[in-house]
Amino acid sequence: MLLSHRARQLVRYLPVLPAVLLLLVFLAGPVLWAFQASLTNAGLTGRSARNPEWVGLENYQRLLADPAFPLSLVLTVLFVGGSAVLGQNLLGLAIAVLMRRARPAVSSLVGIAVVAAWVLPEIVAAFAAYAYFSRDGTLNQLLRGLGLGQTDWLYTFPMVAVMLANVWRGTAFSMLVYRAALNDVPAEVAEAAQMDGAGGWQRLVFITLPMIRGSIATNLMLITLQTLAVFTLIWVMTAGGPANASATLPILAYQEAFKFGDIGYGTAVATVLILIGAAFGGAYIRMLREPRP
Amino acid sequence: MRRRALKTMSLIASAVVALTACTPGSPDDGGSKILKVAYQKTDSFTALDTMFQAAKQEFEAANQGVSVELQPIQGNDDDYGTRLALALRSPSTAPDVFYEDTFKVRSDVDAGYLLKLDSHLEGWEDWNKFNDAAKAAGKADDGGTYAVPLGTDTRAIWYNKKVLAAAGISDPWQPRSWQDILDTARKIKANDPTVVPFNMYAGKGTGEGTVMQGFYELLYGTGSRLYDEDSKKWVVGSAGFTDSLAFLKTLYDEQLAVSPAEALDANVWKKVFGEWFPNGKLGATVEGSYAPSFWQEGGSYEWPGYEEDMGVAPFPTRDGGDPGAVSMSGGWTLAVGAETKEPDLAFKFLTTALNQKNSLAFTVESSQIAVRTDVAAEPGYLDANPFVKDVSDLVSVTRYRPATSDYPRISAAVQEATEAVITGSRTPEEAAADYDAAVTEIVGGDETVRK
Repeated sequence: MLLSHRARQLVRYLPVLPAVLLLLVFLAGPVLWAFQASLTNAGLTGRSARNPEWVGLENYQRLLADPAFPLSLVLTVLFVGGSAVLGQNLLGLAIAVLMRRARPAVSSLVGIAVVAAWVLPEIVAAFAAYAYFSRDGTLNQLLRGLGLGQTDWLYTFPMVAVMLANVWRGTAFSMLVYRAALNDVPAEVAEAAQMDGAGGWQRLVFITLPMIRGSIATNLMLITLQTLAVFTLIWVMTAGGPANASATLPILAYQEAFKFGDIGYGTAVATVLILIGAAFGGAYIRMLREPRP
Repeated sequence: MRRRALKTMSLIASAVVALTACTPGSPDDGGSKILKVAYQKTDSFTALDTMFQAAKQEFEAANQGVSVELQPIQGNDDDYGTRLALALRSPSTAPDVFYEDTFKVRSDVDAGYLLKLDSHLEGWEDWNKFNDAAKAAGKADDGGTYAVPLGTDTRAIWYNKKVLAAAGISDPWQPRSWQDILDTARKIKANDPTVVPFNMYAGKGTGEGTVMQGFYELLYGTGSRLYDEDSKKWVVGSAGFTDSLAFLKTLYDEQLAVSPAEALDANVWKKVFGEWFPNGKLGATVEGSYAPSFWQEGGSYEWPGYEEDMGVAPFPTRDGGDPGAVSMSGGWTLAVGAETKEPDLAFKFLTTALNQKNSLAFTVESSQIAVRTDVAAEPGYLDANPFVKDVSDLVSVTRYRPATSDYPRISAAVQEATEAVITGSRTPEEAAADYDAAVTEIVGGDETVRK
């Protein structure tokens, strides 16, 4: 069988075609659909369900005027920054570093405990967190045992509760990424630094972290995007309440689209969420590039 | 050679993936017809499932070659509504027969989801056994009937006689005004501070329950209303709205109701039925006529002595003015999908499900108020629990929600107003002003009327 060079080149790409098609259909398709729907007044019921009208940027104008939107934006940034970028990321790194020094038994025990939260389905983890923080929950029972006062965590500190829950649930991922990355750091480099008189902390900051820069950026990108999309955890624990005090953008989008049946407006919120994700993604990709000498 | 084999394999594999991704998964076995039936089922609500199982058997036996595919949807009322609407959006997923909330009928007809049933109903002799008020629930703005009612409900005050007796309140208790409620609640509180004297739902946690079993009983007892049927406009700036919020504020501020934190928990109703009433930790609450279904045998919170311990009273108007009591009604219907390929069979299944036998069983098991006159006259219905007559009588003072397609958002604005008041973040006046602003924003200034 004789094929021209060009044809062979094309044939070589054929195996990835289905993957590309699937990505287009299931990823780009919904994104485009959401964007298109956000420019209409499509509804779940009522006249606009059958014949949605093109309304241009009206939904976005409404969004800018909606007092719930800036709050939601701040909460989303707080949630992602606090529970993913700081919480999951730093805690994951710390556990990974400490586990290298710990005894194998301790290390695997910690590993199992952390990974257990991660392998739970999101809905189960969400109910577990609800049971932990709720009024008659485990946390309050523990506090009562210690003779301390009761707090309605989900009511008084809803964001703290959902952020802690997300740290609990997601840290395992960062830990696994960092363990793998740390294992790839050649031991000689660290030894050489030690010879030159660098302490543990200095070695970490000046040697290890720069060497795993790529893994840090990859990890940050993945956990940021995951956390941006967290819905079930918050919905089960607080449903965005009280008084929207924990209504991040996914919650807001769901409420608008499905509770109030306003799909056009809900997808406008979702589009903003996609833009934020893209902005974060772009920033991390810049970080991934090798620094210019 | 191996490389080529690998390449061929991967080519074949990718072709298979691509093809399966494109092939529609619809087995069509020619002869037999399938009717899809969508309805709600939860751990505590299985009566409907029982009814459809029975109807399926009956229908399949009478109609050879037709099979009924039951599609129970797990979820609370809100989730069910959302998932049904999503299924109805596309003809390929739309069920042929489905369970439909009365207050969604009008907007779903506007959306083109429901089949007009008038020509079918003409030929159904049972139709004139349905009472007229209930028939109206299935009517749309064009005067056509699109849904057949399954049952209705009313709201009343449910109280624990033992808790009231301990506080020195005589049985039967019948508050004549809001003041009576507060006086009684204060007595209960003074007698035993660990008891929740009088619960009324508030906030977004309990969703539609907040307005149906709480706020509307107050609002309609002030002579005010949410929607002006004559001008077809939404009411803003009403004093009754502020007064109703002020009553809730008093109730929550004096700790006569549950704590705000508990009120905002979506699961609070489970504690009301499952823990506080049976354990004598709650004086009274406003709840639906279906309350006994939770306590009777087979219910989710079986409570053998509930008939003796519980009492029921109509919710009073603010100052005892006419008609003396307020109640709210909702209820559910069965409808046929507008896109069904078998409208005749679908309607036939609907009539099987709602025949006298199945209706009676469902009405009794789910503690519904009967909408068929022949069911209402059955001894089995009247004997289902000792409260049937009391709650059925409330139909004479009951009200229905303004079921426009803006309603869900307006209801949410009311829930928000109650939440702001009970958490103390807004005064009743401020919360009412926020509500007015929200309504104006939702429907537009032209659609509101100041009353």
